[in-house]
Order: sequence, then C-alpha cells, then structure tokens
Amino acid sequence: MQNSISYMRSSGRRLAAVSLLFVCSALLCLPFADIALYPVEPWTELQRMALGLLHPDLQIWHLVLPALAQTVAFALVAVAGSAVIGLGLALVFHARFVRLMCAATRAVHEIFWGLIFMQVYGLSATTGLLAILVPFSGIFAKVFAELLAQQSPLPSAALATSSDRLSRYCYTLLPQAWPALLSYTRYRFECALRSSTVLGFIGLPTLGFHLETAFKQGQYDQAATLLLVFFALIGSIRYWFRPRYTLLYLAAALWILPASPPVESSAWLFFSQDIWPSAVRNGHWPEALSWYQQQLFSVALPAVVDTLLLSQLALVLAGLVALLSYGWASRLLAPSGVRHLGKGLLLVLRSTPEIILTFIFLLLLGPSGLPAILALGLHNGGLIAFLLAKQSDQLVLRQDTVRGLNRYFYEVTPRLYGQFMGLMLYRWEVILRESAILGLLGVTTLGFYIDSAFEEIRFDRAALLIVVTALLNIGVDSFARRVRGYCQVATLAEQ
Amino acid sequence: MGLSARNRGSIKVASNGSNQGLNKSRASAPEAAANPPLFHLDQATLAYGQQTALASVSLSIRAGEKVALVGPSGAGKTSLLNVLYQQQREQIAWCPQHYGLVDILSVYHNIYMGQLERHSAVYNIWNLLLPIARHQQAIGQLASELGLEHKLHHSIDQLSGGQQQRVSIGRALYRNKATFLGDEPVASLDPIQGEAILAKLIERHPTVVIALHNRHMALSVFDRIIGIKGGRVVLDRPVNAISHAELDQLYAQ
Repeated sequence: MQNSISYMRSSGRRLAAVSLLFVCSALLCLPFADIALYPVEPWTELQRMALGLLHPDLQIWHLVLPALAQTVAFALVAVAGSAVIGLGLALVFHARFVRLMCAATRAVHEIFWGLIFMQVYGLSATTGLLAILVPFSGIFAKVFAELLAQQSPLPSAALATSSDRLSRYCYTLLPQAWPALLSYTRYRFECALRSSTVLGFIGLPTLGFHLETAFKQGQYDQAATLLLVFFALIGSIRYWFRPRYTLLYLAAALWILPASPPVESSAWLFFSQDIWPSAVRNGHWPEALSWYQQQLFSVALPAVVDTLLLSQLALVLAGLVALLSYGWASRLLAPSGVRHLGKGLLLVLRSTPEIILTFIFLLLLGPSGLPAILALGLHNGGLIAFLLAKQSDQLVLRQDTVRGLNRYFYEVTPRLYGQFMGLMLYRWEVILRESAILGLLGVTTLGFYIDSAFEEIRFDRAALLIVVTALLNIGVDSFARRVRGYCQVATLAEQ
Repeated sequence: MGLSARNRGSIKVASNGSNQGLNKSRASAPEAAANPPLFHLDQATLAYGQQTALASVSLSIRAGEKVALVGPSGAGKTSLLNVLYQQQREQIAWCPQHYGLVDILSVYHNIYMGQLERHSAVYNIWNLLLPIARHQQAIGQLASELGLEHKLHHSIDQLSGGQQQRVSIGRALYRNKATFLGDEPVASLDPIQGEAILAKLIERHPTVVIALHNRHMALSVFDRIIGIKGGRVVLDRPVNAISHAELDQLYAQ
C-alpha cells in the first residue's frame, strides 16, 4: 500500500491511531479488572434514594449552614494562600528543584495530605487548610508558569537590560498575564470548594462530613438536601462571590474557621520518626531493605496494578461518554430544547464529586471496581463533554455545511478532536489521582491500602504507599505529555 | 476572531436581504416567462450596524453566463456572493474566501465532503473510517488534476495556503453542480496554475460567478464583468465592451 507512509502525515490518522491504542489497552485490561457484578437487591435502596431526592429534609438547616460556611471558608483561605505561593514559585519555576517539589505535591491527593496532616495537627483548621494549600500551590505554580510563558516576550525585551528581574516581572509579564491568572484562580476556587467538601469524608466539619454520615445511615432525604446545597453552592459562585470584596471575605473566612487547638505531637517528630519503619529508625539496614522489598511486592505492586487497570478503563469510558454526549449540549448539533436538557445533565455529571457517584453505584452494583469505573468515567466524561460543547459554540462552519450525523462526524468532531485528546491526556493523571481516593469507599485501589494503613497506625506503610502513588502519578503525567507531543496537541490549561 | 464573527453576521443578514430580493423579483419580473434568470436582485440592500455592505443592488444573472466580480477590497463582493448563494443553495458549488476546511481530516475526506448530502450518514461514517474505493478513485483523479496527487492522504494542517485553496476548489468540483460561486478562488495560486484552474472551473460549470482581483484574468476568460464599489454596482457590461483602463478606474481612489 503506497499510502501507508503518507497516512502518518495526516493529523487525523495519527490521533485516530492513538485513540485506537487507548481503546485496545482498555479492552486488554477488561479481563483482569475487578468488575464483577454482585447480586445485590438495590431496588428498595434505590426507591428510598428516589424518595429522599423527592423529599429533601429541610429541617437540617442548623447542620447545613455551619457546614456550608466552613466549606467556603476552607476553600477561600486555602486558594488565596496557594495562589500567592504559586505566583511566587512560578517566578522560579525554571529551577529543577522547584519543578520537582511542585510535581511531588501535586501528585498526592488532598485527601492523603489531609490524612498526613491529621496525624500531626488533629482534626483542626490547620489540617484542612494545609491539605488543600499544599497540592494547590504546586498546581498554581505549574499553571501560572505556563500562563506566564505564553505571554509575549516583547514588552519585557524592550526594557533596559540592567533592570532587575522582579521589576521586569511586575511591570511586564504580570500585568500581561493578569486576566488569565485571575480567571484560572476563579476556576481553582470552584475546585477547592469540591476538595473542601470531600475533605469532610475524613472528618473535617464541611458539607462532606454530613453527606457521608447521611449516606452511611441511609438518610437519603438529608443527603438530598446536602447535595442540592452543594450544587447550588458551585452553580452560584458568580452571584455570591464579588471579587472586589475578596479581603472582606477572607477576614470573615478566617473568623469562621474552626479553632486549631495546640498540638502535642510535632510535624518534625512525625516526619523524622513515625513514617519510617523501625528497622530504619534503629539503623538495621538489611532488615529495612527486606521490609521495603516485602511491602513493595506484596502490597504496593498489586495495588498499583489494580489502580492502573481501573483508571485505564475509566479513562476510555470517559472518552466515550464525552464524545457521545457533547453533541446534545452543542449549539451546532442540538435544537435548543434538547440542548438545555443536555447542558443540565452535563452540569450535574461534572459537579457531582466522583466519590459521591461511586457511593451511589456501590449501593446499586455491589462492591467491585465497576462502580468506581462508572463514576470516574461519567464524571470526567461529563466534564470533557461540557468543555467540548462550549468550544463547539465558537466554531464557524461554511454556508454550504451539512446537518445531523454528517455534521457531527465530518465537521464538528474532527475540529474538536485535537482539543478532546488534549483534555483526555490531561484528565488521565486526574483520573488516576481520583481513583486512588475511591479507596476510602473500599475499592481496592492504592487509596484503600493507604487509608487502612493510617487506620492501623502503620505510618511507615502509609508513607511508602503515598510515595508510590505520587511516583505513579508523575510517571503517567510525563507519559501523557509525550503522547501529547506525538499528537502535536498543544498543552492546555484546564479550561 | 473578529473577522469570522463579522462573516457570520453578514451571512445571517444576507439571507434576509436575499429573501427580500426574491419577493420583489417575483412581483416585478417582466421577462420571467421564457428564460428566467438564475439569480435576480432588485434593489437589494444589506447592512450590518452602521456599515453598508450592499446599497440597492439590482442585477440578473442567467444560466450559462460567466461573470467576473471585480472591485477593491471591502467593496461588497463577498456580501453579494453570499446573497446569490442564498438564492440557489442546493444548486451551487461553493468556494468561500475562508476555505472552512476541516484541519485534521485528509485531503481525500475534505474533497469527499462536497458530496456528503448525497449519501446516508452510515455510508459517510464508513467512508470516514475506511475510504470507499469508488470515491477514492474519483477523488484521486481530481486531486491529480489539481496537482495534489501526492497529498491525498495528508491532513489539511500539513498543507501550504495554496494547496489548501486547491482542496477547497476540489470540494467544489466534486459537488458536480451546474453553478459555481467562488470568492477569489485562485488568489493564493501562482499565475500559471491559477489560470489553468480557473479555465477548468469555467469549463466544468455552465454558470460561473467569481470574485477576483486579477484584471487580466477577468478580461480573458469571462464574458461579463460586474464592478462593485462602496456596495454599489458601478459597472456591468459584456467583457468585450470593457477596457483595461476602465478596470483601473474602478480601483482608483
């Protein structure tokens, strides 16, 4: 076939080939993944859930209001702090050490940071703030550095070369990038609200705490109220958050945050003693080596394999969901009635935290990896579909364009496919991170073993597993970057 | 960004303007009986905001005419073509100034898109995954006529501007329609190639309306020239009644 060489000169072919490889890899994962369907009797439970959703319990305001305030306060203070730190780090992001530190902090999920800091600071404001602040600083540093690098170098080059670096930064790059930085910070605030909610699952007094309790006790009328409050909170940010009063909000948030009682244990003690196996503390190196070896092969490796299988399947499912659903929310492809319905559905999918979706699917399908795969696939697929639909509204088609499926396959999807791949490759690492925390619900990913290790007060094992998780995330992230390079898809900031 | 938005605006208004033109033409066409004109405008006016694109333009174009549309940039050529396109949507091989090709699809698929509406969606999707031999042969031949035979399976983003323009022409040719409407369809090609392809377009389509800047081409291969300036028709004559100097006058400030 004389065309076989020139096929690779087609961007579409190349993207199609990479997509096909991902689908094949997921098919290969299928036989090994834990996707058993257990014979559960979900109907009574489902019925109660539906009833609860129809009759939200409005009597729990005394629970909801403080939790709501705490959720916002944690998110606000943490985002403000991490944005400032991130901006500073972005200045020196060219240093390899800074890049590594940021990659490491990003790679560990907020929940795990929460579990770590809880050992030192207990259930306190400090724990909640640090749990969001540490990973978010790493994320801010990276994205801010990328945004700054996208700015034109000309204004800076026009300044006197003897002017100092900081002045140049403040007078040229910073003002140039300001709108982009602000809009990204706003987006991160939404993420922080989600994180702060989810931190409730490990005991902090945010919405998630009551949500988990309500779900676990089967009080779906309360759960429904809390979920609706959560959606309303996320959906209405632009109405209640006035950027010009940020300082006022911050002061209020600091006042609202729970007290941080003085702690007896010290961070130093925790990081220098508790997280190391006794063999290391006592200097028995051969013994330490065999401990690590045993932990790596008997605990970490199977958990890593499970996590990878699950996230690979979730990734491909997310891709399918995104491609099949974005059209229903796109101006070019759906009539307005259908479009509003589609947009609403995508909004629910993308704003429901994975952990809550997983919880519901666990009740319906029984305890296997399947609920986690479905939850991750639907949530991320919904998010990507939402972004694609938004992007498709920007497209301008020719006057003699076709309609219906022809338009979907020939005009719109090909134009969005590069962006779709970029988003998928970006979400790959996110899905992996999130799949780990689903371990809190008993899905046997890395997070499950980390959570159990904390519960058994085996900090040495927990620390090792967190490091393994972080390395796995960093590895997948850098692999995704290479694939992105091969696809010639530009690096995309999240939105 | 701004450009495309304006373009979209003009298309929308154009359809209104054209409807108006059509209605009026039905009411007041005296010679409609024997050989009704393919396109007819009677005092068509088109504006977006404060900007007037067409100011009471009246003209008729009959089947079989080869019309060159000339005039300085921003004179209203594109607006006029858009209005004409709206009058005969189904019968036209359309070649817009912004090609509107799909970047990551191959030359083959972009040319094939000229016949999308003639096949079922299933057939088209199948062809997207696995090119169908019949079309591959026909489009292969078309591509080699346009000098694209080695690029058939390259995607559009791998091509130069001139090559992309030829793909856009390829799509129009593959539509196999009787009427060709083109907005500077050979502007990015070298003169030799441009003339050859223009000749091909004229040979394959009984009726042709093409906007272009090249006065030499306008005078040599068309049989009627319509000159536009400031949204008005300032010149409308058979080509043998027009001189180079008159065309120069059109472009003078």
